Amino acid sequence: MFENAPILKSTKDYTATRNACKLCAPLGASIAFKGIRGCVPIIHGGQGCATYIRRYLISHYKEPVDIASSNFTEEATVFGGGANCYTALNNVIGQYNPEVVAMCTTCLSETIGDDVNLYMHNYKEDNKHENLPHIVTASTPSYQGSHMDGFHEAVASAVKTFAKAGAKGKHVNLFPGFVSTEDLRQLKYILSDFGLDYVMLPDYSDTLDNPIWESYKRIPEGGTPISEIETCGSAAASIEFGTIINQGSLSGRVRSKSLSSTAASYLENEFGVENHQMPMPIGVKLSDTFFNALEKISGKEMPTRYKRERGRLIDSYADGHKYIFGKKAVVYGEEDFVIAMTTFLDEIGIKVVLAATGGESGKLESEIRKYCPERGEKILAKNHFDYENIHEWCQENKPDLFVGNSKAYYIARELNVPIIRCGFPIHDRIGGQRIKHVGYSGTQELFDKVVNALIEYKQDHSPVGYKYM
Amino acid sequence: MVKKKDYTNGLPDPSQLKEEILKKYPRKVAKKRDKGMIINEPGKEQEILANVRTVPGIITQRGCTYAGCKGVVLGPTRDIINLVHGPIGCSFYAWLTRRNQTRVPEGGDNFITYSFSTDMQDENIVFGGETKLKEAIREAYEMFNPKSIGIFSTCPVGLIGDDVHAVSREMKAELGINIFGFSCEGYRGVSQSAGHHIANNGVFKNVVGNNDRPREGKFQVNLLGEYNIGGDAFEIEALFEEAGISLLSTFSGNSTIESMEYSHTADLNMVMCHRSINYIAEMMEEKYGIPWIKVSFVGAESTVKSMKKIAEYFGDAELTAKVDEICEREMAKVKAVVAEVRPAVEGKLAMMFVGGSRAHHYQDLFKELGINVVSAGYEFAHRDDYEGREVIPNIKIDADTRNIEDLVVSKDEELFRDDLATKKSELEKAGYKFSDYVGMMPEMSKNALVIDDVNHWETEKLIEFYKPDVFCAGIKEKYVVQKYGVPLKQLHSYDYGGPYTAFDGAINFYKEMQRMLATNIWKLVDTPWKNEPEIVGSMTIDA
Repeated sequence: MFENAPILKSTKDYTATRNACKLCAPLGASIAFKGIRGCVPIIHGGQGCATYIRRYLISHYKEPVDIASSNFTEEATVFGGGANCYTALNNVIGQYNPEVVAMCTTCLSETIGDDVNLYMHNYKEDNKHENLPHIVTASTPSYQGSHMDGFHEAVASAVKTFAKAGAKGKHVNLFPGFVSTEDLRQLKYILSDFGLDYVMLPDYSDTLDNPIWESYKRIPEGGTPISEIETCGSAAASIEFGTIINQGSLSGRVRSKSLSSTAASYLENEFGVENHQMPMPIGVKLSDTFFNALEKISGKEMPTRYKRERGRLIDSYADGHKYIFGKKAVVYGEEDFVIAMTTFLDEIGIKVVLAATGGESGKLESEIRKYCPERGEKILAKNHFDYENIHEWCQENKPDLFVGNSKAYYIARELNVPIIRCGFPIHDRIGGQRIKHVGYSGTQELFDKVVNALIEYKQDHSPVGYKYM
Repeated sequence: MVKKKDYTNGLPDPSQLKEEILKKYPRKVAKKRDKGMIINEPGKEQEILANVRTVPGIITQRGCTYAGCKGVVLGPTRDIINLVHGPIGCSFYAWLTRRNQTRVPEGGDNFITYSFSTDMQDENIVFGGETKLKEAIREAYEMFNPKSIGIFSTCPVGLIGDDVHAVSREMKAELGINIFGFSCEGYRGVSQSAGHHIANNGVFKNVVGNNDRPREGKFQVNLLGEYNIGGDAFEIEALFEEAGISLLSTFSGNSTIESMEYSHTADLNMVMCHRSINYIAEMMEEKYGIPWIKVSFVGAESTVKSMKKIAEYFGDAELTAKVDEICEREMAKVKAVVAEVRPAVEGKLAMMFVGGSRAHHYQDLFKELGINVVSAGYEFAHRDDYEGREVIPNIKIDADTRNIEDLVVSKDEELFRDDLATKKSELEKAGYKFSDYVGMMPEMSKNALVIDDVNHWETEKLIEFYKPDVFCAGIKEKYVVQKYGVPLKQLHSYDYGGPYTAFDGAINFYKEMQRMLATNIWKLVDTPWKNEPEIVGSMTIDA
């Protein structure tokens, strides 16, 4: 029944959002800034923004997440938030002695037209004899795009603020986008195994996934040092995961000229650093694209370890395909995540019937067709979708599984089908922050999870208690 | 391992700790924080600085006005559509994160599983969002056919001048259902407490008194300030039901707007969380003559005390006998569990920084186990929650408080319960306390450190000084505290546990503490103080 492009029963485009499939921009920016070494983010707005965002990140990462706020009052709202901004800076610097302070704006400060860059300029002027931390800002009102636009705005802003020109080096830049802490660790192993020097931004693999400490660390170790970000401009090449990145704030319903380029495209235009843009490396095909780029940039063949990982992955595809082929999946979440995950599921014979995102780029459909050339047009790809849109659609077209974050659990529960938890946010499981998705080994883990979930479902619903599949 | 601390002769004087904490702050901040940290001396009049703005850049536990209004007070009510007018984040973050539960009768409405937002975009900020809001209300009405819709304003709404109240009135007329707005923009108050007040006002103005339903029970009561986290309300409801007390409405755990509409037909209001809901209790007394009493169902002894107080109010022999019977039966079960758990946990140290009443109420559960509470404080409470209601006339009204409307309520000549007013004055003569809350401080030990709006830095110092066995707070503090090798019990959402109210809830909590304090995993954690010699100088015991 899914072979013809399914049509939504209710084609009405809702004005309101019911159970949104996206979060707000300063949340994304905070995550990215946590990936800079010694950085304390400050959210310039009401204290509720920092509190809500901390609460949300903490319940996913299960780690301390210190994000300060400039605690707007009614007075600041009327007369401007400058004084609060300076007090917040003073106190954060006094308490944390951070290497970097990252200031993200909010709906509140953007609506009243606070000029944060001017404040930062004044602050530096007023304190020019002090040993100030580095300061970076990001414009992240929640009414422009989603958390992904905030995330990429923060990454691009850090690069624009710190990258310098210089003699061309041999190192590469990797902009991994919004992946898990374990993904970041995997990517670092891969780059090291290719013998490449690299700058990876952001790198919250430690800062948002700390070990237990012997003594408390007010600022967790890890993250990309500013000294490395400075060298982004002289890199041999950039690799940037994601083909949508921050276009949600450029098209669809939102048009903002301030968010004009990605980190890698800026470096290409400004410093001539060659940009290899590609989808997140999930699945054999997309991981191949990544590894091919690494072979090309490093001039080295893929290390044996990865050849064997790749071989084992394809071997397991062969072992497991009968349990999954033809199964119908709903994939949802951030656009670049959905594109990569859909491509992977398509590759293993699962029919993605609905690929949905709250993102606004308007390009999800064309990208999915591009990366899934055979079945792409049979996949219903929807931008600006919320969980209730997904819910309604599923009542007419029952899928066999859900692939994405925790938030569609209620739909999966109602339909009594498995949900493969991956992406963000995962609040109802432990270890959500360290789910591996990328590369051959990440794909391997995802593949096993998908197959086993479907086997378990079959087993649980079988009248016979087979324990031999 | 360090020697276990022995506070049997009293808590140590924490003056030095306080000094050390304050030393780190700039002078102005130190002055302010000094007044927010009290070394408790029961019996002595001590004033704490509370409900004042958090200093920018100091990482606070506090949330915003919107969180208090939508998230806390209206969030648990199942038959109202709570539509958040604003950009997407605010609605998403308040989407069932408090673990409120509700029991939906067959065919009943339940909208608490939804997060509705007008998802404002650039163009709505520039050109105004009222049209979009109206459209969203119409959609919500068409799709869900609710009896009422609440509109919650987020920061940008107040700034661009969208009038949610005018839109509500217009849509109410158009759709013929109850629609009302809340000006609960996040920047309005000091904390979520401002949002509670705004929610109280809105519910009182737009809901309470809409249905003069005839009496259905002999003893009709409302429970105020109980939010049914982890099923707490179900425990209390079961207790009332067995005793033959009719619970008309709860504000707002397991509640409906429908029940709030006839809540003014009650004979008594019982206040659990004084901070978030005392406004409605006061207004209902002024308008309808319904007296209110402070109760608590956290802790077995408190439950007994509260049940007996209710029975005493009604003065009915049958009810009193029934309440006594229940209490006796349940306390036998409770005591058996306490006898089993207490020897393993007695003398351990706890601290709790949470809410506007929980940091007080939960001390009762710890006391029942013989666990010492060495330090406690609220996140968003006012002076009266610390010192007792008698300080209310002396609380300085600052600009932040003046921002929030104080409703002028007058007596409803037709519905005012003169009989209840008479009953109240008679009981008062006999020493029965109405409209009374003694606050947290008088019930805490000498030298306990009471801290309002505790922050990260202070938390770290507290842990180093007291080396507590259990720390109670919320998710934001959880992983900080656990990095110190100290288990944290979440008292907002209960770490996926609960209920902890009434008798069975108390037993549940004792057992949870028994498991928490006995688990092996902490032996693997090298706490910062594990290998340090005990510094005796700073731990002078005040006998």
